[in-house]
Amino acid sequence: MQTSVQRTTTRGRAGLAGAPRAPLAELPAVEPVTGNELVELYRLMTAVRHLDLAAISWQRQGIVPAYAPELGQEAAQVGSALAVDPKRDFVFPTYRELGVALACGVDMVEYMSTHKATWHGGLWNPAETHVAPIQAVVAGSVLHAVGWAHGQTLEAQGELPADGYNIAVTYLGDGASSQGDVHEAMNFAAVFNAPVVFFVQNNGWAISVPTEKQVAGGSVATRGAGYGIPAIQVDGNDAPAVLTATRRAVAHARAGHGPAIVEAMTYRRGPHATSDDPGRYRSLEDERADAGADPIARLREGILTAGAATAAELDAADAAGAAEAERVRAGVIDLRPRPGTEMFDLVFQEPTDELQRQKANWQEETELREESDHE
Amino acid sequence: MGGTETMMAGTAASAAPLELSLQGALNLALDEILAEDPKALVLGEDVGTLGGVFRVTSGLAGKHGAARVFDTPLAESGILGMSIGLAMAGFHPIPEVQFDGFAYPAVNQIVCQLGRMNYRSRGTLPMPVTLRVPSFGGIRAPEHHGESLEALFAHVPGLKVVSPADPQQGYTLLKAAARMPDPVIFMEPKSRYWQKGQVITESGLDDGGKSPVADGAAGARIARPGRHLTLVAWGAMVARCLQVAELAAEDGIDVEVLDLRWLKPIHADALAASVGKTRRAVVVHEAPRTSGLGAEVAQIITERCFGTLKAPVERVTGFDVPYPSGDLEDEYIPNIDRILFGIQRVLEYKRG
Ligand SMILES: Cc1ncc(C[n+]2csc(CCOP(=O)(O)OP(=O)(O)O)c2C)c(N)n1
Repeated sequence: MQTSVQRTTTRGRAGLAGAPRAPLAELPAVEPVTGNELVELYRLMTAVRHLDLAAISWQRQGIVPAYAPELGQEAAQVGSALAVDPKRDFVFPTYRELGVALACGVDMVEYMSTHKATWHGGLWNPAETHVAPIQAVVAGSVLHAVGWAHGQTLEAQGELPADGYNIAVTYLGDGASSQGDVHEAMNFAAVFNAPVVFFVQNNGWAISVPTEKQVAGGSVATRGAGYGIPAIQVDGNDAPAVLTATRRAVAHARAGHGPAIVEAMTYRRGPHATSDDPGRYRSLEDERADAGADPIARLREGILTAGAATAAELDAADAAGAAEAERVRAGVIDLRPRPGTEMFDLVFQEPTDELQRQKANWQEETELREESDHE
Repeated sequence: MGGTETMMAGTAASAAPLELSLQGALNLALDEILAEDPKALVLGEDVGTLGGVFRVTSGLAGKHGAARVFDTPLAESGILGMSIGLAMAGFHPIPEVQFDGFAYPAVNQIVCQLGRMNYRSRGTLPMPVTLRVPSFGGIRAPEHHGESLEALFAHVPGLKVVSPADPQQGYTLLKAAARMPDPVIFMEPKSRYWQKGQVITESGLDDGGKSPVADGAAGARIARPGRHLTLVAWGAMVARCLQVAELAAEDGIDVEVLDLRWLKPIHADALAASVGKTRRAVVVHEAPRTSGLGAEVAQIITERCFGTLKAPVERVTGFDVPYPSGDLEDEYIPNIDRILFGIQRVLEYKRG
């Protein structure tokens, strides 16, 4: 146990702070992040922090059966999501993208419904929000993003639209990058020159397995070279840096130059999920040493130094986030199980006779059961 | 009724049985397998340091070494493909896929390779691979954490499929499966992991080396004898059917519960013996109904007991819908009432 923990310390990780390592010459430069944008990052990141911590306590209180925290990944998630335009682009999240979903305008009660065990994938409308359902299969939607992105170039019939292509952003972890699907997705994307951004959150762990034992070479970004995809590695705890890096990748894809990879080096500060016990594979001291600076504290300091907002203004944003988490809590408590009929009605657009028969039988038996319960 | 007696019948135990959860019994079986068989290997996602997300492999890496119990990168196709190569090199891999739904990414290797290598190599490359899959639902888990894949795998030539219902079955069947020269898909009912029961281990026996594994791992098992009707179940549904039998007994209906255990090959003699006696049968499974294993069981019963059957074989199953989220799980998994309704239909059946 000790040895694997030692291999995972940030000696490698801390060294990554700031300096992008992978080739990025091909990615266009973008405007620097403005003061207003810094404050917006802060507003969203603190809202995410409150909600994320609240969800963990909801699990302990029995309000939700399980939750996958994202503590420490707020900068990577909010920073990347702000580079996307969910009106025209399409986001493919995993199961840990609370911050992405929030920044893209997904209703947070509808988002939490998946953790309340109300409906797999969540209750929001992916067609309207342009945020795909929660994906439980690791790397499950990486190829979908490539397909969606290729669809944009097909729609445009090879003519780059005046405002560029709509782009897809797919989220994956360092663990997910081991799946064969990710290789296929990167290869397809490069072959088809698809406008897709692979956003890798390298949070140091895939449940109990540290990046060193998961990703050969220690980095997903460097793989881009093999596919001819430009890649950028960024300090994932530095929100403006993530925003800038993702904007460059997005601008590259929009302009018709094909896919790009952004690898945000961050740290999963909490357990993998509420059922996980990180004490089995890393110590608290290791966590402290490896996590680096808190991305929110760091951003706050940056904003104050730049004079983009006052401490009082930031405190107000923080308080608004806390209040919002309370509102979501009430909504989550009020969520009721979906009617059982939806189980049958939502399988197909055109249900089969056999399924209708099963539904009728289910309804009949449910009524009989309810009658006998009343007796 | 060879092979259907309660497993330990006729074997004398010297040591007292151990009180173990299914998870603990599986852990003990793996520990003994690794100790006995120097070629045995345990591999998969998080099986090493963490001991698996259900802790079934807990402590094994520390005891048997990180070379024999090891974490792989997160790629199920990779885990199965690598296991096949290890088997070719003379090892006995016991891979774990973390949850049932994540066996799907490995289906290519399981179906196109694992199930065919012995055949393809004319018997020169046997595949002693035991794939452990935490299976079935009932724990309010996320999508793909509650699926029942038995029909999918039972349909594939070259694979054997088995599911234990309790700690004793877990211990016995896993040891037996790991000793087999052929690939076995070992479906562990995850909702039963924490349920305790008495386990007689091989080392606890004083019977001149006659092992409960050799003796008791073959075929099906009568979990409860009865006269009026046979409930056929496997995995997590066995415990539920035993509950149903208790309730039915209050109404004077004497239900026999047959724990099928081996889903491939199915123990047809055990089915024929039980239903030949009771003349009525209901098959219960969590998997969707259409093309589920219930159809296969019903057909075997029809072939073997057509003349004696008093009613067509009934099925109480999951529905033809994706396995639902926790809130609707109880609507999906056959519950006590639905099984009782099935029993009622069979008992009240009138020839047209
Ligand atoms: C195909 C598949 N296999 C296994 C799992 C179980 N599982 C869920 S999350 C996880 C680790 C994922 O690690 P990573 O991709 O690095 O993302 P992170 O959880 O760190 O955000 C595993 C093994 C899964 N969801 N999907």
